[in-house]
Amino acid sequence: MKEPDTVPAGKPAGRSLTRRQRAKLVRGAQYGVLLAAAAAVGLLADWGEVKDAFFNLDVAGDQFPDVITTALVNTVTYTALGFAFGLGLGLLLALMKLSSVAPNRWLATAYIELFRGVPALLVFIALGYGVPLAFQVNINLLVTTMLALGLVGAAYMAETIRAGIQAVPKGQVEAARSLGMSQTRAMITIVIPQAFRIVLPPLTNELILLTKDSSLVYVLGLTVDEQELTKFGRDALNDNLSLTPILVAGLCYLIITIPLGQLVRRLEAKAAKAR
Amino acid sequence: MSTLDKAADKAAPQAPAISVEGLHKSFGDLEVLGGIDLTVGRGEVVCVIGPSGSGKSTLLRCVNMLEEPSAGRISVAGAEVTDPDVDIDRVRRRIGMVFQSFNLFPHLTALDNLTIAQRRVLRRSRSEAEKVARANLVRVGLTDKEKSYPAQLSGGQQQRVAIARALSMEPELMLFDEPTSALDPELVGDVLAVMRHLADEGMTMLVVTHEMSFAREVADRVVFMDEGAIVEEGAPEQVIGNPQHRRTRTFLARVLDPAAAEVAEL
Ligand SMILES: Nc1ncnc2c1ncn2[C@@H]1O[C@H](COP(=O)(O)OP(=O)(O)OP(=O)(O)O)[C@@H](O)[C@H]1O
Ligand SMILES: [Mg+2]
Repeated sequence: MKEPDTVPAGKPAGRSLTRRQRAKLVRGAQYGVLLAAAAAVGLLADWGEVKDAFFNLDVAGDQFPDVITTALVNTVTYTALGFAFGLGLGLLLALMKLSSVAPNRWLATAYIELFRGVPALLVFIALGYGVPLAFQVNINLLVTTMLALGLVGAAYMAETIRAGIQAVPKGQVEAARSLGMSQTRAMITIVIPQAFRIVLPPLTNELILLTKDSSLVYVLGLTVDEQELTKFGRDALNDNLSLTPILVAGLCYLIITIPLGQLVRRLEAKAAKAR
Repeated sequence: MSTLDKAADKAAPQAPAISVEGLHKSFGDLEVLGGIDLTVGRGEVVCVIGPSGSGKSTLLRCVNMLEEPSAGRISVAGAEVTDPDVDIDRVRRRIGMVFQSFNLFPHLTALDNLTIAQRRVLRRSRSEAEKVARANLVRVGLTDKEKSYPAQLSGGQQQRVAIARALSMEPELMLFDEPTSALDPELVGDVLAVMRHLADEGMTMLVVTHEMSFAREVADRVVFMDEGAIVEEGAPEQVIGNPQHRRTRTFLARVLDPAAAEVAEL
């Protein structure tokens, strides 16, 4: 008569476990598997070699300060330019999707389907090689990058922003219109600011994705000063025959993306509280 | 002098504040307003009462063209709002509207809620707009809340900010759509007090409400609507005190004493 309630009915009381005992067993088994895996890695891997290949301190030290002053700065620059252009274009596309003029909606839909459907790499190649060939123009690398990242990012951001605009209650527009604001004025001063508040978390996620997509700029062919993290890491890998530069570059991405991810969580928590 | 005479007197030199003629409104196949004629004189307070779904909100929203009438003519302060060529934004500046659900701008402080349209629509400077806004916050008894965001205010406070927001445009008339229906009972009084005060100052008001005591005490005229038509209208003591139509009596019985009405219906 120790724990009469937790013994499931219909099972022989002697062999069955209480719910708490069962939970403990499951948790214990998981720890066991993890420990076994860690032990296997620790015993089987040749740690000296692994350390040399992944984290050679000398090689790591050689990457500084360029990995920060050139590569990280370029990654941030390319991403920021692409994001800014993509945000503007995305807002325009969102408004077109909500337009009462049908061709506006068709155009926006076609654009979004196209640029969501093709790989970003293809867009880089088209802008980096196709357009200069076709029109006999030479586009600045920063402009090409901004356009390529922005064109792709805009397709994703447009849908997000459209959803945000539609999530603003109808009463907001009615209140604004009843105060004499025009449709456009109400959109700019009342709806869009609220829509952006709503879509700030997904937009920040978009920024994280774009940060990683900025590595595609390598197809354009980069001078040393134009290298961003991935290209920088790859070149250093060839020079040093060590994975260390890749690890350093990877950590640099995390310096950008982890705080952004945390920002998203904070924004989401704040939004949840405001509701 | 009867209420109607009083209204006519006030309106005599100018056009009435609101004039509705033969207003029809349908949503698809559903006819919501089936021919409304209504005049509100300048300085007059008219309360519209009636059962849910009778078209009260729709009538109010047609007056400032938040709903497009299917047929009929509506003039507000001499401007025909149903004229397709009228600059509706210009007319709406002169019509304050207060909504059941407040509809304050949640991303702006109370003060900014009051200044935004003054600055963007009336092109007032920030300092001028804030002066007007503060004066109107005093009017609704919320001087200490100008920095608060709507979410930080009680329902009653939000609705008073909403009234002050409309007043900051210095409108010629005010439309109220059940301004106290979304409020906890203990907060209703503050809002009604503000409206009473407005009426005393001579504001023209068209008020949809279920607050019978407010209608009785403040209204110059009460309009009873049912099924998209005006069934009965007149002085409050007449329409509420001595209703002539059965539908009005049924409605009033239900509103004034819900329990008794339920028993009577059985
Ligand atoms: N946008 C709309 N589309 C379709 N039907 C609508 C719309 N707005 C209102 N209606 C319908 O019109 C009728 C009248 O609505 P209205 O809101 O004017 O009534 P009301 O008298 O204000 O009622 P309540 O006291 O519940 O607010 C209702 O049957 C409603 O369902
Ligand atoms: Mg209503």
